[in-house]
Amino acid sequence: MHATGIGASVRRKEDQRFITGQGHYTDDINRPGQTHAYFLRSPHAHAKIKNIDSQEAASAPGVVAVLTGPQLATDKIGNLICGWMIHSKDGTPMKMAPHPALAVGKACHVGDAVAVIIAETLAQAKDASEKIKIDYEVLTAVVDPAKAQAKGAPQIHEIAADNTIYQWHLGDPKAAEAAFASAHHVTKIDLINNRLVPNALEPRAALAEYDSGTDQLTLWNTSQNPHVARLVIAAFVGMAPEHKLRVIAPDVGGGFGSKIFIYPEEVVCLWAARKVNRPVKWTSDRSEAFLTDAHGRDHVTHAEMAFSAEGRILGLRAKTVANLGAYMSTFSSSVPTYLYATLLSGQYDIPQIYCEVDAVYTNTVPVDAYRGAGRPEATFVVERLVEVGARELGLDPADLRKRNFIKSFPHQTPVIMAYDVGDYGATLKKAMDVADVKGFGKRRRESARHGKLRGLGYSAYIEACGIAPSQAVGSLGAGVGLWESAEVRVNPTGSVEVLTGSHAHGQGHETTFAQLVSERLGIPMDNISIVHGDTDKVQFGMGTYGSRSGAVGMSAIVKALDKVEAKAKKVAAYMLEAAEADIVFQDGKFTVAGTDKSAAFADVALNAYVAHKFTGAELEPGLKEGAFYDPTNFTFPAGCHICEVEVDPETGNTEVVAWTAVDDFGVLINPMIVEGQVHGGIAQGVGQALLEGAVYDANGQLLTGSFMDYCMPRAENFPTFRVETTETKCPSNPLGIKGCGEAGSIAAPVAVINAITDAIGSEDVIMPATPSSVWQTLQRIGGRKAA
Amino acid sequence: MYAFTFHRPTSVRQAANLLGKHEDAKLLAGGHTLLPTMKMRLAAPAHLVDLSQIEGLSGIELKGRSISIGALTKHVEVANSDVVKRNLPALAELASLIGDPAVRHRGTLGGSVANNDPTADYPAALLALGATVVTNKRKIAADDYFKGMFETALEPDEIIVKVTFPIAKKAGYVKFRNPASRYAMVGVFVAKRSSEIRVAVTGAGGNGVFRVPAFEEALKKRFSPKSLEGLTIPAEGLNSDIHGSAEYRAHLVGVIAKRAVAAAVETPEVAVSDAPENGA
Amino acid sequence: MPAVAMTVNGKSVTGDVDARTLLVQFLRENLRLTGTHVGCDTSQCGACVVHIDGKAVKSCTVLALQAAGAQVATIEGLAPNGAPLHPMQAAFRENHGLQCGYCTPGMIMSAIDIVNRLGHDLEDKTIREELEGNICRCTGYHNIVKAIAAGAKAMQGQPAGQQAAE
Repeated sequence: MHATGIGASVRRKEDQRFITGQGHYTDDINRPGQTHAYFLRSPHAHAKIKNIDSQEAASAPGVVAVLTGPQLATDKIGNLICGWMIHSKDGTPMKMAPHPALAVGKACHVGDAVAVIIAETLAQAKDASEKIKIDYEVLTAVVDPAKAQAKGAPQIHEIAADNTIYQWHLGDPKAAEAAFASAHHVTKIDLINNRLVPNALEPRAALAEYDSGTDQLTLWNTSQNPHVARLVIAAFVGMAPEHKLRVIAPDVGGGFGSKIFIYPEEVVCLWAARKVNRPVKWTSDRSEAFLTDAHGRDHVTHAEMAFSAEGRILGLRAKTVANLGAYMSTFSSSVPTYLYATLLSGQYDIPQIYCEVDAVYTNTVPVDAYRGAGRPEATFVVERLVEVGARELGLDPADLRKRNFIKSFPHQTPVIMAYDVGDYGATLKKAMDVADVKGFGKRRRESARHGKLRGLGYSAYIEACGIAPSQAVGSLGAGVGLWESAEVRVNPTGSVEVLTGSHAHGQGHETTFAQLVSERLGIPMDNISIVHGDTDKVQFGMGTYGSRSGAVGMSAIVKALDKVEAKAKKVAAYMLEAAEADIVFQDGKFTVAGTDKSAAFADVALNAYVAHKFTGAELEPGLKEGAFYDPTNFTFPAGCHICEVEVDPETGNTEVVAWTAVDDFGVLINPMIVEGQVHGGIAQGVGQALLEGAVYDANGQLLTGSFMDYCMPRAENFPTFRVETTETKCPSNPLGIKGCGEAGSIAAPVAVINAITDAIGSEDVIMPATPSSVWQTLQRIGGRKAA
Repeated sequence: MYAFTFHRPTSVRQAANLLGKHEDAKLLAGGHTLLPTMKMRLAAPAHLVDLSQIEGLSGIELKGRSISIGALTKHVEVANSDVVKRNLPALAELASLIGDPAVRHRGTLGGSVANNDPTADYPAALLALGATVVTNKRKIAADDYFKGMFETALEPDEIIVKVTFPIAKKAGYVKFRNPASRYAMVGVFVAKRSSEIRVAVTGAGGNGVFRVPAFEEALKKRFSPKSLEGLTIPAEGLNSDIHGSAEYRAHLVGVIAKRAVAAAVETPEVAVSDAPENGA
Repeated sequence: MPAVAMTVNGKSVTGDVDARTLLVQFLRENLRLTGTHVGCDTSQCGACVVHIDGKAVKSCTVLALQAAGAQVATIEGLAPNGAPLHPMQAAFRENHGLQCGYCTPGMIMSAIDIVNRLGHDLEDKTIREELEGNICRCTGYHNIVKAIAAGAKAMQGQPAGQQAAE
């Protein structure tokens, strides 16, 4: 193996700047003449805005401008959009309500931006905001998705009757009906997939600058996909044409989905920067983030699984209400549909699946993709059904899983997906070995001796990553293609810059992408730079989400490297006076096959640029190649996680005491980084299961509006993780890789809940399974299994 | 944060004068409650009086059967103090459970006691041990000091100088944290002194720290966790929020009290030593 | 505006500040030491941890004026101007103890403080408890715990003056 090539746990190149405090995050950037924006937000979940009096604020010390929603329309600034069209079962298109960057006439959630104050300092902007008088007429709010469609519920948007955005379905209801009719046993569950707040540790920020001389706008922002941001802001919001708008997403402190979307604040900063002709900066504080960053999950589901007498799964049915919040965020519509129902087959051969999804508006923060996006929700449904089914049938949960695993590939599920490859038996077996499932009984007795209830929970999850090919997603409603681009620029001295449309915000692309290049070109890591996150440098790209950057982004680099090698061979052929077909490239050297005549990569690069060995008629000078890569299929990472918990029956407190993860991500580029991704995913999944949950009161006030009430996972919430992998190579991309970024957060929640329900002997456990809620369950069941 | 004027007096008298002069002045000790509140614009003092330059407000001293701790003594100093660990280990334990290490480097005893947050830890120790709050004007017994949520017997220009804790034969503090904020959801301090046994509860009460006479009675018969087996308190008047209902907190008070007694029983009986120690 | 003077990473600095300026704002905006971050507004996340007089504190919960006369150490002071990395910095890289890097400066400053207080031989459980005031959203803490244990060992025998680079 190449020392820094594919498969090596190379230490990260980007770390040097982060561990020395030299990172450059958006808030670290200041521009000359910069002003500060402060957003005045609605304190009401649902209210008419009858009047805004900003006169006094406008003349307050340091204030440069006060802007409100109606002025957006005057300046022809368009609304934010949702970029994935979903049609209801009756064929009607989803009901996308207008989403202006500043509220016009009505505020639809607590935190909806109503006005912006631009001032010399942030303190002055905040001081002035208190001088703005807004006349609200408070309306009744609807918060609970299960009640949003009820008769008499307050109507949030005119366009959406009964607050219903769409009523979508997937699968064959009649065939599913027949499967259930023939069942020996039907397991039925009701689930709530709790609403989460992503809480990337770096709050969102935007800094906009206008150059009146060139009519050029520049936006620095905390984006996972700056090109998509530019496209939407140019083409839909109409801020400026694409060639007059540059978007730079520098170092970004975590995203987890929440920084994919195009948000009102960046639109307003751009608009304001041009209006006041000075740079405008906004940085969210954490409390503001709770009220404005798109939340995740928030499903209410009834699900059923039909079993034969032999414990074969015959069918699955699910009915889900998905809360999309007050407005449709950028990709919100796709999450509870094509990223959710399509994964309801899990790792199992299920003949019939039928899923209905109603998406609804409520007076809450918009909901969109959060790490896993739809797939954690699907895994939660499938793996709870299987676990509860096994318990009801009196079967061992691992045996029931094995009995129903898909064993031959490719496998077409009843819900669109064609799984290309996998070995689910292998991941389950390895996980059971690593977790020492055999010794669990002994550990359980040990726990009982000190008054604790021990439980073990499985999660055999599958996910679909890459979100491709473009033609397929286009047919399902996506407004964009989901390929990736790369450009490999070889400099005359042989160093290399790789421009990628992927964006890194913790994933370590500067290292893993360079590993690929180092191996292919035989040059040291230090001679390679990965350039990303700037629309003026990288021509176009789709950004990073859905665990796609390895499978799609790196595959684009492979394609560009193929072209570079082909061109370099031509140059080498002229240098070495040999036929192009006789040139062999290996270990960074071009050799004439069967001779000792060779040229180093750097010499060939130099010759490509000095162009002394060939004429322009024979060959173009230079060594720079670009590629767009569109995969042939999604990738399907899968694995098995096993969680062990101890529940304290006196307090209801759950401690995760052991965690085993065995994942099949295909080929690993950098195992160290892959493991790190798994660790982080597990932590977020355990967070969802035990600690995290956004809670609104009936009036739409967010009760968990800061870290004081929204419980973030801490180091002491976790044991040391045991992380292993198995490998089946992905056939859908040249590297054989599948994606690892979301696996942990998809697998983990249901493993925890399966473990707690095993420990306490009741299926009645909600997420987050806080001490108080578990204690309440224990009270209800009368401490049946309590020590 | 709203604008304010910053003062750094060098004596308690100067500080008291500033409080007397400005109606909307507030004392700043560690600042770990006040500054976050000001950042949220929920408090708007026009004058902030920083006590950090006043000498003699910090330090830990053993005097006969009690430990005297200066108001500006930081949580970390109480947690690490040999004098406290030897003579009143439950108090050192309590201090080591406040906030997190960085918070304990700044937060002070006086700040916590003056603020009387209903979920703070120190009030439970003061009430259970029958401590005395010494101010620039007088001595106030803990029993008379806590007046409900964020309310104390302190007068507007009164400044806590130190708190004196009687040494208990046995004492224990156990805290069940609010998982998000890390404040006490229920914290119980149990103290057995020659005169009496006290059980004080923080975190649970809607009106701040309180004693549980029924538990105290039960423990008088036998100072053992077994004496509290199955005992609980009425849920009425307890906090109820997204982290736990009043019923849950009532139940937890019983469980945590039992554990606090167990912790107290496990600590060796205190042999009083007279070695003085200067708090760092 | 009141003037404030303190020592930051061994250098004397002064500035005129609005009284409500937090230490973290003074460091980031006045001194342009942007390695110290702000991740929350409730003193919980620890992205802003620096050392004041050798002790880890949350610089978002200290006024710049309160730090007058103090010795302040930030992440930038650990290995200034290309000096060799502090062993704790090196351990974070070696053990992949960071992903997005946003919590990292605060983590490293807290980690050094843990070693200064508790020594070089740290159990995982101790490290996890001591990280109560530092939130990371990326790593699941697994590799941070490993990094701190390794960094603590590597700090052994280091000259005292370098322990926190005050």
